[in-house]
Amino acid sequence: MFRVEVSVKSGLPDPRGEALQKDIRDLGVTTAERARVSDIYLLEGDLSQKELALICRELLADPVVEQYSIGETSLSVPTGAHAVEVAYNPGVMDPVEESVGKGILDLGVTTLKSVKTAKRYYLWGRLSAGDIELISNKLLVNSVIQHVVTGRERVSLPSAEYRFSREEVALLSLDDEGLTRLGREKLELNLKELKHIQRHFAGVGRNPTDVELETLAQTWSEHCKHKTFNSRIRLGEEVIDNLLRSTIMRVTEELDKPWCLSTFKDNSGVIDFDGRYALCFKVETHNHPSAIEPYGGASTGIGGVIRDPLGTGLGSKPIANTDVFCFAPPDFPHDKLPAGVLHPRRILKGVRAGVADYGNRMGIPTVNGAILFDERYLANPVVLCGTVGLMPKSAAQMGKQKAGDLVVVAGGRTGRDGIHGVTFASALLSGESEEVSASSVQIGNPITEKKLIDVLLVARDRGLYRRITDCGGGGLSSAVGEMAEETGVRVDLEKVPLKYSGLSYREIWLSESQERMLLAVPPASVEELISLFASEDVEATVIGEFTDDKRLKLFYQDNPVADLDMEFLHHGLPQMEREAVWQPAEHLEPDFAQPPDLSQDLKKILGSWNVCSKEWVIRQYDHEVQGGSALKPLVGINNDGPGDAAVVRPLLDSDMGVIIANGINPRYGDIDPYWMAASAVDEALRQVIAVGGSLKKVALLDNFNWGNPEKPDRLGGLVRAAQGCADVALAYGAPFISGKDSLYNEYETEKKSICIPPTLLISAMAVMDDVAKAVSMDAKKAGDLLYIVGATYNELGGSHYYAVHGAIGSRVPRVDAQRGKKLMDALSAAAEQSLVRAGHDLSEGGIGVAAAEMAFAGGLGMTLELAKAPLGEAISRSDSILFSESNTRFLVEVAPEDKGRFEEVMKGIELAAIGRVNSGDKLEVYGIKGEKVVSATLAELKEAWQRPLGW
Amino acid sequence: MAEVRTLILRAPGTNCDQETAFAFERAGAVVELAHVNQLVRRDKLISDYQILVVPGGFTYGDDISAGRILANELRLKLGEDIKRFVEGGGLILGICNGFQVLVKAGILLPSADGNPGLTLAGNDSNRFECRWVNLSVDRQSPCIFTKGISSLYLPVAHGEGKVMAEAETLGRLNVVLRYADEKGNTRAGYPQNPNGSADNIAGICDASGRIFALMPHPERFIRWTQHPRWSREKPREHGDGLAVFFNAVEWVRHS
Repeated sequence: MFRVEVSVKSGLPDPRGEALQKDIRDLGVTTAERARVSDIYLLEGDLSQKELALICRELLADPVVEQYSIGETSLSVPTGAHAVEVAYNPGVMDPVEESVGKGILDLGVTTLKSVKTAKRYYLWGRLSAGDIELISNKLLVNSVIQHVVTGRERVSLPSAEYRFSREEVALLSLDDEGLTRLGREKLELNLKELKHIQRHFAGVGRNPTDVELETLAQTWSEHCKHKTFNSRIRLGEEVIDNLLRSTIMRVTEELDKPWCLSTFKDNSGVIDFDGRYALCFKVETHNHPSAIEPYGGASTGIGGVIRDPLGTGLGSKPIANTDVFCFAPPDFPHDKLPAGVLHPRRILKGVRAGVADYGNRMGIPTVNGAILFDERYLANPVVLCGTVGLMPKSAAQMGKQKAGDLVVVAGGRTGRDGIHGVTFASALLSGESEEVSASSVQIGNPITEKKLIDVLLVARDRGLYRRITDCGGGGLSSAVGEMAEETGVRVDLEKVPLKYSGLSYREIWLSESQERMLLAVPPASVEELISLFASEDVEATVIGEFTDDKRLKLFYQDNPVADLDMEFLHHGLPQMEREAVWQPAEHLEPDFAQPPDLSQDLKKILGSWNVCSKEWVIRQYDHEVQGGSALKPLVGINNDGPGDAAVVRPLLDSDMGVIIANGINPRYGDIDPYWMAASAVDEALRQVIAVGGSLKKVALLDNFNWGNPEKPDRLGGLVRAAQGCADVALAYGAPFISGKDSLYNEYETEKKSICIPPTLLISAMAVMDDVAKAVSMDAKKAGDLLYIVGATYNELGGSHYYAVHGAIGSRVPRVDAQRGKKLMDALSAAAEQSLVRAGHDLSEGGIGVAAAEMAFAGGLGMTLELAKAPLGEAISRSDSILFSESNTRFLVEVAPEDKGRFEEVMKGIELAAIGRVNSGDKLEVYGIKGEKVVSATLAELKEAWQRPLGW
Repeated sequence: MAEVRTLILRAPGTNCDQETAFAFERAGAVVELAHVNQLVRRDKLISDYQILVVPGGFTYGDDISAGRILANELRLKLGEDIKRFVEGGGLILGICNGFQVLVKAGILLPSADGNPGLTLAGNDSNRFECRWVNLSVDRQSPCIFTKGISSLYLPVAHGEGKVMAEAETLGRLNVVLRYADEKGNTRAGYPQNPNGSADNIAGICDASGRIFALMPHPERFIRWTQHPRWSREKPREHGDGLAVFFNAVEWVRHS
């Protein structure tokens, strides 16, 4: 084995080292004077010294800024430095390794067997052993995927041999207790479900094999079947037969929009774009993996959701990503962190890096998102990634395979990724393969996925396959099982290409390795398809054949290992019955005197984690790639104001656009999840309207992130939320086209169970006829009028104003969607007639925050009079008007010459001109008695807003 | 009018190929995309085209260092073809990742010992940065792509864009573009110079002016509504980037 260490030439700056030193300082270790980072490449193979020098000189080290050293184990440490070397655990693959292999082959060196990478960190300063350990644990190593190198690293995996043995589970002989234990420990099925399976196999007359039982468990899992949402729920007197159908899906059915092309059946929801093209949209969660390994978890999260549009209809091109994250506050005290939980700052940085590295490499712009903070996300962050796809309308419908079509798996190879310790066949595993399987967390490989997308879209346009789906959670088991539901299938598992040897048939079937797609290919096209893929170095392999017997048949080297009835697999799951309770939370309205000067409160809200600028994150995402961005996430005179929604032009030669927006506010859920959900829908639609969109063609997605639905109070909240968003979406005429739920987001400690706040993300996608009509939120011109559109109520429950005063409150913002729709339609018409110079939706922090953001984004002063604001009820306090978070309100800038026309278009809508834009540098707000309640410079407001995440 | 044939090179991880094709088409070129494997297999020949473009992206994941693996592939497998293409009067444009590739492949700054004396290192901020920058065009530059242009406003999006050069190389560079502030000051620091580039260098060309490489993305500013402040400024017919492509196409047409 040869070890190559590549480092920045001494004397030149090392940005990675400097960033590490800053992180060490942030950790509270102030004695680290300097840090440097080296890349280590461990090369195995019969390489000559000449070849080795060639590899270093022409591939691994940059001749201008880097130096290299070659040695067997050159573990020398410079004087005065501490060194920590970190390598990936066996089985965790760094994508760089594959590229190094290719690069070496390109140099004409053919004797390399294997490559492994590592990182070596050098730290200078007075650092104790304890400091080094702290730095290693908190910053350098995540033991789930990495370890500190102490001895000699093994470069290649030990080659393990798998000897076939058909494994059966003695299900038929199990009593209730045995079944319960099996369900709880291995399968996550309840007794009722397992008894159902037991009866089925009793009828068949044999025990199930391991893969049969696990295929059933996976297909019947919460993840695949949404058992809670499909369950029969008793809530007080009310019985809800199927929560999903009776709420979310009912909206879509009742609205019955002709432009909804495919809803709730494919990997994402599809709507018509311009008659020729269609758009699809999906948002997924990747919470648990991101908690354990933020970088890998988040990168495979975004990688996974990108495959959803790719696997929708006959395949679509991903055109935009959106990300919403929920973390605990980054300033959470280190000493209060529960054991085994990563610090929120580390999770945030890792998740951001994982999403950016994957999304940027895929060439998909990240155009929209949000980051929210609450201590209850400490052990259980919420990571939501979404992707919009574009396809010809003719490819919008799910394909249909024929008997005789071939099952083709394409893209990445299969390893033990995602297979956790659940195993019946443990006796089969050698000691060595146990070492391998210890690492089931994967790091995404975006280039594998990018290559796959490039050839898939060509194959789609050439009509080389009849159907496509992605391999995600559940791997082949889920993908093949679902695709073959109406036909039947035979798969020969030994044909699946593997990353390394030694996988059992069970592991091959269940593996969740990333970057794989599944295709149904007519035999006549298979040769062309495989050679097309090979021409761009993408692997595609025939692993089986679709049949017409409606059975799922699996073989390993011709040995039958599964034979399941599709009807039972897909429709055998008995409906679950659940109990729910709902009791309104008892929070009192706070009682405090109004501060005479609200400037400080405003700055506090602007500087709160939820509201503050996310520029540090946004700039690290490529939001311009593909060239479609028409309203960017950062807008205004200095390109740094917070845009409401993104507008993307998917076809560069067209004027049409798509608006992507989201609504989320878990704080309201602490009072009432019904109004939280209603508010989330209203917020998402408000953003669409704020940027100049309309309600004519807007589709919604729901993502519920909740606690344990087996606890009746959690379920009661979930029912309320589902009803809330359905009622409001229906009234607004906005159908849901797809959705997802992630339940069981709770973390058990010895003392108690920490449940995340009820978290519902509503994502909106709206079609816009002309992107040149889009409206940005930054104030544009001195002298313009400022209107508040929409009535303000005394609704500060869950508001940021109450939060900075340490209260929750009880009067949560409600939604009157009948009134709201009229308002939004009118404002949309005004924007269409170019009567709106700037528009900003009022949400967290109400009028105060919206005005401040609009003013500093535009670099213009503002004067507002709260006494003029339209009220929905009597409000006696200026602070309540300034910071109320009532829904369906906008702050709108109108040119004085358009006043008449604007008010004419808006006739019948509650609105009032409450101030003007000026050329000064201050935001000045006068209270209901005419007294000055806010007076602050744009600079200080902006500083307050930018400082918290100005990392 | 004579066809101006443009070849946009694709490789695993290329991701700005479509918008670059759109830009060249708007400028009047006939555009084809080709995967590097197609060129290596001689399914397509570079000599059939007049403009060769290495667009932005993360070729081979930018593993090891940005553009390194594709650069070696071009140098080792297509070196002769590219050399003949350049000698035959062809134009080469490298954008972002294409800049990194053209430098590391020795195409932009050929040298006997294989060390171009210049590289694109990690940004000073140690971060990928997506932001719009003002660029000042060096009037002395022989670059045919920037003829008649004095300044440009374009986005950058990269993690490795810092020009670092050996002193002797730096002295003889044909600098085309420098990061500047709104007033054209080319000594402006971060964030106007988004990566810490020596001498604020954002783009360079070879001595002939026919090989041009830049970190900013002219193909992302072709239509006015791609400008970050289009909604608050006076509309213009085209984005700044179009002139870069137009110059190339016109030069080919008239030579």
